[in-house]
Amino acid sequence: MGVGLDLSSSKARLALGGAIMGVVAACLAVFGNPKNMAICTACFIRDIAGALKLQTVETVQYFRPEIVGIVLGAFIIALLAKEFKVTAGSAPLVRFLLGFMMMVGALVFLGCPLRMVLRLSAGDLNALVGLIGFALGVFTGTFALKRGFSLGPAHPTAAPNGYVLPASLLVLLVLSVATAGLFAVSEKGPGSLHAPVIASLVGGLVFGAVAQRCRTCFAGSIRDIILMGNFDLISIIGGIFVVMLVYNVITGNFNLSFTGQPVAHARHLWNLLGMYVVGFAAVLAGGCPLRQLIMAGQGSGDAAVTFLGLLIGAAFAHNFKLASGAAAAATADTAAVPGGPGLNGQIAVIACILVLFVIGFGMKPRESATAKAAA
Amino acid sequence: MIEVDARGLSCPEPLMLVDKAWKAHPGETLRVLVSEVFVKTNVEKFAKSKGKKSTAAPTDDGFALTIE
Repeated sequence: MGVGLDLSSSKARLALGGAIMGVVAACLAVFGNPKNMAICTACFIRDIAGALKLQTVETVQYFRPEIVGIVLGAFIIALLAKEFKVTAGSAPLVRFLLGFMMMVGALVFLGCPLRMVLRLSAGDLNALVGLIGFALGVFTGTFALKRGFSLGPAHPTAAPNGYVLPASLLVLLVLSVATAGLFAVSEKGPGSLHAPVIASLVGGLVFGAVAQRCRTCFAGSIRDIILMGNFDLISIIGGIFVVMLVYNVITGNFNLSFTGQPVAHARHLWNLLGMYVVGFAAVLAGGCPLRQLIMAGQGSGDAAVTFLGLLIGAAFAHNFKLASGAAAAATADTAAVPGGPGLNGQIAVIACILVLFVIGFGMKPRESATAKAAA
Repeated sequence: MIEVDARGLSCPEPLMLVDKAWKAHPGETLRVLVSEVFVKTNVEKFAKSKGKKSTAAPTDDGFALTIE
């Protein structure tokens, strides 16, 4: 590698990278982010969609500096390590759709794969149901890969293409900090809970840089076990889980239960199917939502398009009531709310699964992606 | 020598192509073209896990790995 600590050369180093990411997540929770959300990519992209008024649910609107930090962290470390490479052209609209569906699935479950692990570390058994769905989705996507699925190769393209997303996010972050009232900001709910901007940005930068060096991918970690019996990437997830488990036990946030979990619901079928969509789509897209942010930071125009799919997917999920509601216990004034997706969300999840099967088992590899005898 | 063109492909397709080429042409030396550093690293680790020796050389648009 060009610079910095090599975090990908052994399982121990990968686990160390995961532990650093876990510490960042724990610090952000301590500094004010929602406790078992910490640095959830789906939730935070959804909050950014709210801040930009692409969706108008008043409780989930805030321009999250962590997302900017993750992309910029990957961008900077990739430049320093001479791994920044500007590419595009691998089925961009299909990737947009995959990003869109990943977000819909994540918001039915209420969290991306990263938050799934954070929720598990806090004892949320609904996340275990989500993990089973996620693993089944990854398995289905891997089966599609084995059957020959490919989105085709990306190609080198003009350098500015790689700078657009990091630069745009940086400009938007500056605007969100420097102008009052331009972007929407929640006054209650998860969107109102946040660490100070500088802590969020620095946390995101570190998280993104480490994730880039480790090649962190939640879908890839399960896919590599299924496909090659390779446990490298799962070592990172193990590091994150252990650190957050220790944090949750020490701070008294560990609650082994299906109920009483913050921003979650116990509709098992929809937790399972929501994460099934995420796992399936992530394998077809070549990475989970976090990995897409990292690849976008290191120059992939295709991953940047996937990010746009995630962003617009979040807007649709809330504008058209596809996202789940959180369960809530009864109070003196209100009855208990079971949470979970409404009819729109349930239909959307089923539609996503059908579309994923069409994409996964209908697209054939291109001729260039084959082996041939060299002259 | 068998050439595997994995340039620009998403993970884990390059490794799957290498694996497929090994199975289709056992004992043959492979020349694997990749475009990203992390894909090069992944192919090298994959080759090592299979007991193969690999060497990499830079090309105009990435790297060429020789695996034997």
